[in-house]
Amino acid sequence: MIQTPESEKEMSTSAQPSSLASVANAKQARTQPTQATGTGLEARGIHAWFGKNHVLANINLDFAAGSVTALIGPSGCGKSTFIRTLNRMHEFIPGAAMAGEVLLDGKEVYAPGVDVTKIRLQIGMVFQKPNPFPSMTIGENVLSGLKLAQLKVENKDELLESCLVRAGLWNEVKDRLDAHGGSLSGGQQQRLCIARALAVSPQVLLMDEPCSALDPGSTLRIEDTIRELSDSMTIVIVTHNMQQAARVSDYTAFFLSDGGPGEMIEVARTSEIFSQPKDQRTENYVTGRFG
Amino acid sequence: MTAVATPQKPWAKRPVDRIREFGFLIAAVIFAFGFVAATEMKGKLAYAFIFFVAYGVFTSTFAFISRGAPAAKDLLISTLVSLGAVLTVLPIASIFFTVLQKGLPGLHFGLLTNDMSMATSTDPIATGGILHAITGTLTLVTLALFMSVPIGILTALYLTEVKGRFAGPIRFLVQAMSGVPSIVAGLFILSAILYTITKDYSALMGALALTILMIPTIARTSEEVLLLIPNDLREAGTALGGTQWRTVAMIVLPAARSGLMTAIILGVARIAGETAPILLLTGGGDKVNPNPFSGSVGSMPYYIWKAFNAGSPEAITRAWAGLLVLMIVVLILFLAARALSNRKVSQ
Amino acid sequence: MSITTLIPSPRDITTEPRRSDKVFRGVVTGGGLSSLVILGLIALFLAYRGFEVLKQEGLGFITNAEWSITLDESANVVESNFGLSAMLVGTILCSLVAVVIAVPISVFSALYLNFYAPGWLKKILVAVIDMMAAFPSILFGIWGFLVLMPSVEYWGKLINKYLGWIPLFEVKPYFFTRSPFVAGVVLAIMIIPIITSVSREIFAQAPLDRIQAAFALGATRWAMIKAVVIPHGRSGVVGGAMLGLGRAMGETVAVYTVLNIVFQINWHVLLGAGGNVASLIILKFGEASAYEIKALMAAGLVLFFLTLSVNAAANFIVKRTGKSGR
Repeated sequence: MIQTPESEKEMSTSAQPSSLASVANAKQARTQPTQATGTGLEARGIHAWFGKNHVLANINLDFAAGSVTALIGPSGCGKSTFIRTLNRMHEFIPGAAMAGEVLLDGKEVYAPGVDVTKIRLQIGMVFQKPNPFPSMTIGENVLSGLKLAQLKVENKDELLESCLVRAGLWNEVKDRLDAHGGSLSGGQQQRLCIARALAVSPQVLLMDEPCSALDPGSTLRIEDTIRELSDSMTIVIVTHNMQQAARVSDYTAFFLSDGGPGEMIEVARTSEIFSQPKDQRTENYVTGRFG
Repeated sequence: MTAVATPQKPWAKRPVDRIREFGFLIAAVIFAFGFVAATEMKGKLAYAFIFFVAYGVFTSTFAFISRGAPAAKDLLISTLVSLGAVLTVLPIASIFFTVLQKGLPGLHFGLLTNDMSMATSTDPIATGGILHAITGTLTLVTLALFMSVPIGILTALYLTEVKGRFAGPIRFLVQAMSGVPSIVAGLFILSAILYTITKDYSALMGALALTILMIPTIARTSEEVLLLIPNDLREAGTALGGTQWRTVAMIVLPAARSGLMTAIILGVARIAGETAPILLLTGGGDKVNPNPFSGSVGSMPYYIWKAFNAGSPEAITRAWAGLLVLMIVVLILFLAARALSNRKVSQ
Repeated sequence: MSITTLIPSPRDITTEPRRSDKVFRGVVTGGGLSSLVILGLIALFLAYRGFEVLKQEGLGFITNAEWSITLDESANVVESNFGLSAMLVGTILCSLVAVVIAVPISVFSALYLNFYAPGWLKKILVAVIDMMAAFPSILFGIWGFLVLMPSVEYWGKLINKYLGWIPLFEVKPYFFTRSPFVAGVVLAIMIIPIITSVSREIFAQAPLDRIQAAFALGATRWAMIKAVVIPHGRSGVVGGAMLGLGRAMGETVAVYTVLNIVFQINWHVLLGAGGNVASLIILKFGEASAYEIKALMAAGLVLFFLTLSVNAAANFIVKRTGKSGR
């Protein structure tokens, strides 16, 4: 979708921190999750360790197909570690270990004999800092996933355009697809990274604080993109920004660590988390009393 | 509930995987033997080479069947990359083994206490020794240290502390100097000093050439060490009203002490076995020469060189024994440097 | 209301350094300039000593292959012909063989160290390879002569048998001993540690977030290396290779022990006839007359400039990568 500067401005004014009730109201305006294909992603009893350090304990969380789930919580509570266990990026850290199961469409992601590269094709990821490949042009960056996994595709130009359109970047870059990825602004680079993740058509898209390095305008554009994408895929987004969680997600899970391993305190519809949380700690956090 | 969960690494290799890999390994070994027997190739390296090729082909074929083309390519490259590492380390293993094997018979009790003034190249191993060579090398290294350490460290200080106008060009020149061939350094001292001033071989002449080779090593390593010293320390020094000179002398250099030692040791390791300039400048005497400023002097590389060129079986054994001693010296220096550099910024 | 405030120009901040600091700076600057002075003096003295020969031979010093001198009874020069072309061709040939062999092996082992080796093995291998770079060249020379040469000659014969139709691998007459190929292999073994450590350091600087991005897109390890690490480290490897080339060109003792020096231009790598400027100096120095020594000085000057330019180019490339390579 294409946004005019005016609407961007409007949105950024409305995005000012507001009272809890208005956030919840804004949330209720959001449509119900549309059912995408598949049965979604399930995490069962996930624990994670770095060496001897137990950082995540017993996370059980289902991500329905086509839903947007936001993971919120203070820094160091294991949100990022959790989503990295979902697409098996956790194991790159030396000394990392885990326990539990991750099921994608009912199939164990960590089962013996599973090809980890195929898992990562099905579960895409967008990182905190935009990281386009510096040696590639914009076009090459979008299609880099195909090249990396040696996938064949019928019509590259069509795919390139559709990915950039879905990431909301097409109009800005259509005339300079041969320019280098580094020539874009931070927000554009992040949308380029989203387009890159879309090109291999994942079922699930994990976003690890995708907006934390961006300005408010770029943040809103990416939130629009997330809403568009949620029709066709499952999205898990880690965020520190509660307004953002309220704006984009169907469900919100609150993570917390009391010095020990991070735990999931509560998960519910986003409107409920922000209006009537069941746990006192969640209420304290979403009302800004701590964290 | 948290106590129940145990850390697992589902991505680690399972016993099944290990058994399969071992199977491929055995198959590749058998294939290598068969291939070498069936063709005209010969030698240990042929076995190793065929083994790697066979192992790569076996594992990647399996991967191709079970996981497709990208995985197969990945495994083939893994094998190739490991082969590269093996080829890098193989020569050093061979050098180590050969020197040990051939040098040990050349060791005897008088080795470190006798010199070669009374022994000829065909005399039995037990006569003669390397006393003159050891003392000569010590003299050369000590003299070179006296000249190269101040210059090397001053250069590093110029690059890190004074940061003068010429810092860029000088960094470049120091790099260029590290590429000066040792023979050229020897020729330079020969033409500039030996022919014009002293007109005689001496340890000093050799040490001057070694100094040229040692300066860049010391300067570059010291620069790296000094850059590791946190700027806070310098600012703390100047903020207390210290002059730059006092800050450097009393804070920066002591903080970098063990790193600078590492730099010096690496410099010594670089020159201890340097041969070409020694051949031009020191004369290579067979007797201990107590005067470092005049007269022909022996040294480890020259001793090895002479024995190797003499060519008799005894002489060759002497050369290997000399290489063994030289290798052990370099090894000790190197280990000392590593032990020190593990705590680069010391207290 | 117009603003008429004058924008002040920045004040000059001056300080009068104390005398101790002036002395300190002076001494350190003097020490720092020593490299400039030494390099300048090397060029100056070698040129001064070699001037007579250079003037006599002119451009022929580079283009002629002959190296001969005839003296009468009272040691006066009757006739002399000094030309370095065979030696220069030999130097370049040996070093190129070394680089061609060493670069792929070094790049592979640098990749192995960074992305394949388990942590404990990496530590050991890095120490061993660094130590190998500090080993004296005489060790490589004698080991190469007594241990490696027979095997390399055998490889040479194999190459000649199957690829002999390529002019480069032609061997006529059938003589393989002490060929440029043998010297090249010994030099390759000597420069592999250098190129490996330069490449290893450059590869280690490959941006971690891009590496993760590649893996997150379903890349295998090799696909990731090809997409992220190689583009990042390419020119650094070229610089490392040039550094190795410079080292190989100046190597003296190791080459001298394994190379058969012949004063005739030979481009056939496997043929047992080569040349090398540095080895020439060692070979002729022992019994050289005063005039021939001047020729050797001139040869040293040529070698000095050759290695200096190769090294300068190498450092330039490595430095540029260090800056732009994110």
